[in-house]
Amino acid sequence: MQKGLVVWGFCAAAALAASAIMEARAQQAPAAPPAPAATPQPLPPGSPLLGRPDTEAAKKLAPVAPPPVPTAADKLPLDKLKVKGGFKIELYAAGVPNARALRRGAKGTVFVSSRLQDKIHAIVEKDGKREVKVIASGLHRPNGIVVHKGTLYIAELSQISKIDNIEDNLDNPPKPTVILSDLPKDEAHGWKYLTVGPDEKLYFHVGAPCNICMPPERHAKIYRVGLDGKDLEVYATGIRHIVGMDWHPTLRQLYFSENARDWLSEDMPEDKLNRVTKPGQDNFGYPYCHQGNLPDPEFGWGRSCSEFTKPLALLGAHAAALGLKFYTGKGFGSEYQNAIFLARHGSWNKSAKIGGDVLAIKLNSNGTVKSIEPFITGFIQNNAYVGRPVDVLPMPDGSMLVSDDFNGAVYRVSRGSARVAGK
Amino acid sequence: MGRRRSASDLCSRHGNFHAHCVRLALAGLACFGAMILAARAETFEQRLAPCLACHGEQGQSSLPEVPSLGAQPAPYLLIQLYLFRGRQRLVEVMNEASKDFSDDDLRTFSDFIAKLPPPRPADGDADPARIDRAQALVRQYRCDFCHSPDLAGRDNIPRLAGQREDYLIKAMREYKSNARPGYDASMADVLARISDAEILDLAYFAARQP
Repeated sequence: MQKGLVVWGFCAAAALAASAIMEARAQQAPAAPPAPAATPQPLPPGSPLLGRPDTEAAKKLAPVAPPPVPTAADKLPLDKLKVKGGFKIELYAAGVPNARALRRGAKGTVFVSSRLQDKIHAIVEKDGKREVKVIASGLHRPNGIVVHKGTLYIAELSQISKIDNIEDNLDNPPKPTVILSDLPKDEAHGWKYLTVGPDEKLYFHVGAPCNICMPPERHAKIYRVGLDGKDLEVYATGIRHIVGMDWHPTLRQLYFSENARDWLSEDMPEDKLNRVTKPGQDNFGYPYCHQGNLPDPEFGWGRSCSEFTKPLALLGAHAAALGLKFYTGKGFGSEYQNAIFLARHGSWNKSAKIGGDVLAIKLNSNGTVKSIEPFITGFIQNNAYVGRPVDVLPMPDGSMLVSDDFNGAVYRVSRGSARVAGK
Repeated sequence: MGRRRSASDLCSRHGNFHAHCVRLALAGLACFGAMILAARAETFEQRLAPCLACHGEQGQSSLPEVPSLGAQPAPYLLIQLYLFRGRQRLVEVMNEASKDFSDDDLRTFSDFIAKLPPPRPADGDADPARIDRAQALVRQYRCDFCHSPDLAGRDNIPRLAGQREDYLIKAMREYKSNARPGYDASMADVLARISDAEILDLAYFAARQP
């Protein structure tokens, strides 16, 4: 009965609104037509569509939106995922909508961010059972999270906030407290990845607000800021977009994946693995130079790729290299100690999809790349996604978690023989 | 001038406006009445009734700024229902209607509604100069890429062809002002650089596509 009244209230409001609209429209003269334009004009500056060729094959390509509802546990594509020999993959948690960045608290809680939904989830183990719960909601593009000394930091589109003692308050967490606001509000490449450096500062980036454009002053940069939100400073420049950063365990240098521009060609430019060796000075080339050796056909004129910091490795054109972490545990064996595991979300701006895997990147002692090998594959089947890996998280028991925002799930990889998973 | 272009045109300009207004009022009443009944609905058909009462039995809405949903791709419908349920897209009547939906409900309703027939395009004599202008804009802004050359949409990208002109204007203005951030923000991004005059032309054109 009460519900009926509520609905009636909305209906009455809707009826009023509808009649108001009709009245307003009845009184309104048709808008004055703009100046005639019979032929297509060039795209406006900064349009996300710049560079799109007007061809049939290009028309088939559009970003892939993940289903909003998580895939049921028994429908996950675990039987299609292939892990390197000697490892197995299994379900860690289903029902984590749009699972993005993975972080772990000192008391064992796994935190999972989201890009397209407004929530942060926590996965807690209680009496041998895992439970997924919402610990923050009403957030806007809360893709970046990090836990440091008991505090959860959250990077939304245009602000950073924190929840102290998060693991002691999982049942009734307080609202996040904003520590840094007024970051640019551009939706394009506005979502962030967040990490804490050895200097106990927060590191994040502001992406280019476009596919390819001359970025405004505050964009296309990595910043660092104190845990209190003070002393904001530029750490590196010339970076299009980042969705993965981590610190070399012994060299203490920042490594990050960078997504290259679209629509230049099917096979170039490639995404990059970068390293900051000169804080405050490194410029990685955007928008002038891509993949370290390819001048942009528009912005590259008058510039040279030799001006810019070179990538450590190229990670595939349009492959969407996202989350990465150094593996410092022992569970995977000595060959993987201090290797980087990196999730490639997979391409949309390419006719034959690539990526959709997790790479193992082994390094030399000076931090340069020794080898790159596929570690988990199978997220692309028949040129379509059955899942899309976003981030990885080495666990204290030697295993590693992998998030999948397409299915809203988290998987666990560990040493062991392969088995039919999913049951 | 299109006959079904908008409620205001029907009510203010045509000689038989009384009949049209009465029909519109009846449709509105049916919509509101069905919403009240929905609170106690049990079967799928009963729960579906209020959707169809407002959005149209045959996929064609006759209410101002209420979209026609016929032939909308199911993945797009699912995303919108999900956003309504979680109040990430704010339209009170839809937030209220979807708040108790299970994930399976969201899928069932999306799949059913996607199978309704496509809405009939606005008819009557279109202004050729406006159509020409709009076609140039569609090409300039690459609308025909993601939304398909016939504007029928695909997957998570909505059908625009034959949609109510007033709803298209409303939706584009909401994307542009970020009142409706959308699922992945791509429309906010595109519309940020499109003028209101261009929005009116684009809506005029899309509403007239079969």
